[in-house]
Amino acid sequence: MTFRKYLVLAGITVFSATGDSLLARGMKVAGSVSPHDLSGLIFSILNPWVAAGILFLLAFFASYTSALSWADLTYVLPASSLGYVLVALVGRFVFLEQIPFTRWLGIAMITAGVGFVAAGPSVTARHPHDSEQAISQEARS
Amino acid sequence: MRDFYAWVAVGLIVFASTAGDVLLSYSMKKVGDVGELWKRRGLLHVIGRILSTPTFLLAIAGFAVAFYSLLFGLSWGDLSLVAPASASLTFVANAVAARIFLHERVGRRRWAAALLVAGGVMLMAL
Repeated sequence: MTFRKYLVLAGITVFSATGDSLLARGMKVAGSVSPHDLSGLIFSILNPWVAAGILFLLAFFASYTSALSWADLTYVLPASSLGYVLVALVGRFVFLEQIPFTRWLGIAMITAGVGFVAAGPSVTARHPHDSEQAISQEARS
Repeated sequence: MRDFYAWVAVGLIVFASTAGDVLLSYSMKKVGDVGELWKRRGLLHVIGRILSTPTFLLAIAGFAVAFYSLLFGLSWGDLSLVAPASASLTFVANAVAARIFLHERVGRRRWAAALLVAGGVMLMAL
């Protein structure tokens, strides 16, 4: 793992957490969308919070796609779940929300899970054409 | 009956997003390390190569099905049931699917991670 790769993993976490928060904020401002009239979804894109949220989620998808080009799915997915923890910590320390005990327990479990995979190798799958290159790259980094 | 429909939606979300993740991972392994490719051939080449991979387009279709199943699931069930149930089950389903279809070596370390994250996500939504 190189510094650039850790940056991409951090990007997944930060972009998804920011995108989801902006989207949630925007949808609250825009009002609820009726399941029977989904045209409200199209107009909600005009809301600046929603538009910014979508831009961040596009950045998330780009970094997620990029990470999957050099790491296993079972490595990237838990690593990207740190976004849930980030959202909760922003809620606690920026918006001063009260966090119940069960949510702290959830934060601890996600963090432990991420620690488990991060300590192991990022690539284990063997593909006929690129596995040799991927594994030798992993050994070097 | 509403509960039944909500769980059908959860099943659809888990299936479609797992299929999307597995297909995306498969496509990107075929494309190769995007960073290296960008340095050697430029960004346009990378984008062209990703978009011309048929399984990438199938992955996007999987994510679209998952997204619309979530919307319909939310109209039948509560957000506090549908979102965490589908998110945490997707982590476990992905570990199984990655082992079977992508031949990733999901050892004890990664099983523990998938189960801890799935449980943690569920707890955070309570």
